[in-house]
Parts: sequence; structure tokens; C-alpha cells
Amino acid sequence: MKPEKQLLNGDEAVALAALHAGVSLGTGYPGTPSTEILETFDHLGGKAQWSPNEKVALEVGLGVAFAGGRALVTMKHVGLNVAADPFFTATYTDVDGGLVLVSADDPGMASSQNEQDNRHYARAAVAPMLEPCDSQQAYDYTLAAFEISGRWKIPVILRLTTRVCHSKTLVSPRSDVAQPAAPDFKRNVPSRVMIPAYAKPAHHRLRIKMAEIAAWNDAEGFNQRIDNGKSLGIISSGIAAVHAMEAAPEASHLVIGMTYPLPIETIRKFADGVERLVVVEEGDPVLFESLLAAGIPAEGKPEMYRFGELNVQRVRRILAGDTTPEPVPPKGKPPELCQGCSHRDVFEVLRDMDCIVSGDIGCYTLGMLPPFSAMDTCVCMGASIGVGLGMRHTLPADQARRVVSVIGDSTFVHSGITGLAEMVYNPPETGHVVVILDNGTTAMTGQQEHPGTGRTLNHDPTGKISFEALGKAMGIQNVLTLDRFTDGHRLEAVLKDLLAKPETSLVVVRQPCVLAAPKIRFYEKAAIEKMNQACAAMPAE
Amino acid sequence: MNKVTNIVLGGLGGQGVLTASDILADVVFRAGYDVKKSELHGMSQRGGSVSSDVRYGPVVHSPMVPLGEADFLLVLEPTQVDVNKPVLRPEGVLIPPDVIPPDGLKNKKSFNVAMLGALSAFLDIPESIWLDAIHARLAAKLHRLNDEAFAYGRQAARARFHLS
Ligand SMILES: Cc1ncc(C[n+]2csc(CCOP(=O)(O)OP(=O)(O)O)c2C)c(N)n1
Ligand code: SF4
Repeated sequence: MKPEKQLLNGDEAVALAALHAGVSLGTGYPGTPSTEILETFDHLGGKAQWSPNEKVALEVGLGVAFAGGRALVTMKHVGLNVAADPFFTATYTDVDGGLVLVSADDPGMASSQNEQDNRHYARAAVAPMLEPCDSQQAYDYTLAAFEISGRWKIPVILRLTTRVCHSKTLVSPRSDVAQPAAPDFKRNVPSRVMIPAYAKPAHHRLRIKMAEIAAWNDAEGFNQRIDNGKSLGIISSGIAAVHAMEAAPEASHLVIGMTYPLPIETIRKFADGVERLVVVEEGDPVLFESLLAAGIPAEGKPEMYRFGELNVQRVRRILAGDTTPEPVPPKGKPPELCQGCSHRDVFEVLRDMDCIVSGDIGCYTLGMLPPFSAMDTCVCMGASIGVGLGMRHTLPADQARRVVSVIGDSTFVHSGITGLAEMVYNPPETGHVVVILDNGTTAMTGQQEHPGTGRTLNHDPTGKISFEALGKAMGIQNVLTLDRFTDGHRLEAVLKDLLAKPETSLVVVRQPCVLAAPKIRFYEKAAIEKMNQACAAMPAE
Repeated sequence: MNKVTNIVLGGLGGQGVLTASDILADVVFRAGYDVKKSELHGMSQRGGSVSSDVRYGPVVHSPMVPLGEADFLLVLEPTQVDVNKPVLRPEGVLIPPDVIPPDGLKNKKSFNVAMLGALSAFLDIPESIWLDAIHARLAAKLHRLNDEAFAYGRQAARARFHLS
């Protein structure tokens, strides 16, 4: 029976392919636009887990692959910065089962703090990279990524972008996907223990693998060529390809599926057949510079198109060499903290106390907007604590005593714990105050669980980290909890007291996110019912 | 017909814009077209502007409707009309929220489906396909309410735009 066509977004297509590829475990950390991959994989019956952060997610995935299983590891683009350390050495190792890392980039910053182009990582870490342009390719390339990973024992990056993740297009699934062998440990010390003596030959092996993969990419890679005459040829990849095909139906097109290592001979042949060759790519001129380096003369795009997403009209402008100012679309309504959001009161207090707020990333970053205007820095997840400490060390004492670090619960588990270690180890003379805004969920990305909620990705009960117990065990001098329902009004007095002390303090402000609260109550009730059933089923002694 | 039809839906987070565009994409898929649907929904749960593009035809390339090329613009919130208008082509059809009279609906939650009803009056797709897609997307207990909202919107648009 031929499987039916489905209308899926890119994330759902990756999840479906992972299921068909027999992935043993999906790991990741939430981040728009990648979050729905693991959620869908779980819904479809796959085994998926949220890790505390992307580095751990990748390490778990690497372990799965070393054990002979297939691992899918998902994250947004900035997540790969966190996971970069294991990633750069994972490529030296031989992964046995298969390891596919999804990097979901966000050109245009629909929901991110930067628009870094993770194509640079493929080259820097030496990993093959596939770039789908729609959901069908997201499905096909996920399957292909596992095949390539298994064949060359190498981690593969599947690079998606916001438009691919969040656009729905038609997908014809395959019914004939080869299944991986059952996991089985095979000892292979030289290819997995990366001491210099083993890493040196491993680096050479890696370069040989890449040369083979480049040859494969030229011979049988996913390169789509449309010949339409000689006057204009366009080279593109990913979402830029579909914009280009629409903007210039009269042109010849070469769409590259695997963008690292490049099918350079295929490109050269295409280039030789056209009079004018233009590279249409979103973000940095990565493809363009690779062509130049290979001695293939091509036109890139004017610098102004490095910024933001491409679309059909921008591609038309690139092809026309148009650098006049672009029309500015009317500004929509910006998001704001929900009415009744627990973060609101906290930022009112911080504003009224004229605190210097070292902030972090999450819904609560909206505390920087009026009427609160109560956040002074926000860089990356976890930075609130280190940046706050740095300011405390440097500012004159009267200003230093106003500095507060504010961090969400999911963000705290992701990368705030090492900040606390720094605070205990190198306390500023004026002390410091860290506030955890514990709303019981990862609200920003759509209410995912994390190790502080005590529930797994699919909301079943599991181990739970107590922030207060952790703070005490780490040696923080004052550890306080404020339940906003019962003692929220005390926040100002508590902060005043702590800011006046030259001591280290951790304040956990606790109240569920109002959007998540009904679901949290539902999960809690379900957990109790499950426990009661289990007790009832236990044989009496 | 080998032309692509471009439809843009706009509104605010929480209004059901994305549910409506999901249903619409499913409708044209069921009607046998190639379809692409795109949306930006970074932080829509916090009430900001939300919009979604649905394009269908024999072959669709880009998932985004180019500026000034929308055939239909469906807006669920009065303040969002001007924000979205540049996407409409000069002869394109604007379906504003007041096409549905404020007290015409039993339940405001089915407003997005009523707006789809209004859009359906312009498109040559059998009503049964619309209802199938609505039922596939919404819980069974909501079907009657939304069937009524859909019929109401379809009728309201016919009257407002003098369609047969
Ligand atoms: C390295 C990295 N991974 C993921 C993200 C996406 N992201 C931003 S903040 C955040 C967590 C927000 O949760 P929390 O700290 O609990 O705050 P809330 O939104 O609940 O207020 C996530 C997942 C990111 N910006 N950077
Ligand atoms: S989703 Fe939750 S945490 Fe985010 S603004 Fe709304 S109430 Fe606050």
C-alpha cells in the first residue's frame, strides 16, 4: 500500500522521518523554530526527551550512536553554540548507529537573539550538512542524513530555517525505509577515546571521509538541475531555492541539497553552461565565497540582503542588482506579558526600586518593555548571573548594590547553575542577588517541561530538582522562597533587605504561568491517579 | 487554471488565525491542489500580531505571499487591517472582521470559522470539503457550533459582497 500524502510542516516531517528511520531516542532542548520536532516525534510514538540544555542533549545522542542506535538531536541555531564543544570532537569519532543534529536557524530573528548562519558550523566542525527547502525534502533529507551518518560513521547536520520549520507543504512518506541493526556495544577505543594519540589519526580519517562524501555528493547527491537556457543561471539551497524558482522561472537553476561538502564539479559544469551565474542564498555569503575559492566566477548579493529573510520580491531585487531602500512594512502589534502573568509584579517592583537588572531570555524578557522598562541586559541563556556579577565587581558600591540578576526556571536549569557556582566562588564585595522566576514551565517556547518541573517531555512524573536545596548545597548564604499567591507582596521588602547585605542571595519567586496553570493542574492530577492505581495494584505482603 | 491563488489571514495572537489557516490549507489540499502554508508565530500567545499565508494552485514554489500579490486578505481584528493591507494586490479582496455582525454568533470562539465561511463564498470549492476540514481540526463537541458559524459567515459575505 502506498502511504498517503500528508500536509505537514517541516518539523513534523522531520519527526515522521525519524520514526520511519527507526530512531531509538530523540533528545534536544526547546527553541523556536525547532521545538515541535521532538513533541511530534513523541506524539507519533517515538521516544523523546528534553535535556537540560543542548550540550547534554548532544552528549546523550552521541552515546545512543556509540551504542549502535540512531539518535536525533534537535535545537535552535544558538543551541549549537552551547553544544559546540562536544560537536567539534564528535565529528572525529566513529558514530556507529547514526547521529543527526537538527539546527533550526532563524534568519530574520522571528524569535531569537541573533541571526547567526549555522552553515559556518558544518565547515568549522567538519560535518556534512543537508538543507531542505520544504517538508518533502525535510522528510527525505532526514532519512538520507541517517543513511549517510551510518555509512560514514559521522554526525550529520540537518539545517532547517524558520520558514521550512513552520511552513506546511505536502509530503509523500516512503514505505520502504531500511531499518537499523539492533543496538549492540562494539569496543573501539582508538575511534572513540579522543586523546591526542588517537585524535591525530582521527582528524585524518575525518578528512578522508569528507573527501568521499564530496565525491558521493557530485555523483549521486541531491542536486536538482533545471535547464532553461543560457542567459541566467541561479545556484541556491534551502528556502532560497523556492523563492528563486518563483522569482525567475525563465532562468536555469541548480539547487544544492548537501551544502557541505559541496558538489563542486556539478556546480562547475552548471556554471560553464550559463552566461551569468548568480548565487541566491539567505544570510552570510557562504556558498558564494566557496565558489570564489574554487575559482568559479559568480555574482553574490548586495550586502543589504545579508540581513533578514529572503522572499520572492527580495530575490527579484537581487537579480536586478537593486540596492534602493526596500519598502518598510507597517509595524504590527508587539507581544506583551499576558494579563495576570506572574512576571508582571516582579518587574513592577524592580522598576520601582530602580534596580539595575541583569536579565535573561524567556517570556520575562518582555519586562524590558513599558510599562516596566525593567531590564538592562539580555545576551544569551544564563548570562544574567555572570553579567550581573561582573557589574557588581566593577560598579561603585552604591550602584553595585542595585544590581539584581533575573532568570527563568528553564533558563536556570539550562545554564544558570554554573553562574551560581561563580557567585559562591567569587562573591562581589557587595554580595549579589539572583532571582529565579519559577513559573513551572518553559513558557516562551510553548510550555515545555524541564528538570525543575518534575515531569518528562510527555508530562509523566519523574525526578525534580529543588532550586532551593541546590542553592543551599552550593553554599549560597540566603536562600528564600516567595510564593506569589501567599507572600508576593513581600517581594519589595525582601529585596530591600537582601540588597543591603554584602552576602550572596537566591530568591525563588514561584507562581505558575497563567496560560500553563490549567494544564499543570491536569498533569498533577493525572500523576496522583496513576500512583494510586499503581498502589492498588501492588500485592499485599 | 495554472495560476496560484494567494490568501493571507491576519489578526492577533489568541484569535485562532493559525487554526483558521490550518483548516484553509487542509481544504485546498482535500480539493486536490498543491498547497503551501506559512506563518510567523514566534510569540503569538502573548497577543502580538499574527499572520499566515496560504497559497494553492497546480504548483506552488515559495510558501510566502509576495507583497502586493494577495488575492484575498482575511483580517480578524480591526487594528490589523492597515498592518496587513500592503500584501493585497490592487484588485484583491479585503474581507474585514465586520463582515460578521458582532452579535451574529452564538459563541465568539467560532469567529475564526465564521470568517472562513465568509472566504468560502468567494472560492469554488464544495461546501462539504470545508466542513470535513473543520471537523478534522476541531473536537467533535464543537462541530455543531462551528458548522453554524461557517454557514453564517458564508451567508453574511454573500449579502455584503453581493455574491450569488
Ligand atoms: C541556547 C538557547 N537555547 C534555546 C533558546 C530558546 N529559549 C529562549 S528562552 C527559553 C526558556 C524560557 O523558559 P524560562 O526560563 O522558564 O522562562 P519563561 O519563558 O517560562 O518565562 C528558551 C527555550 C535560546 N534562546 N538559546
Ligand atoms: S505565557 Fe505565561 S509566562 Fe509567558 S507572558 Fe503569558 S503568563 Fe507570562
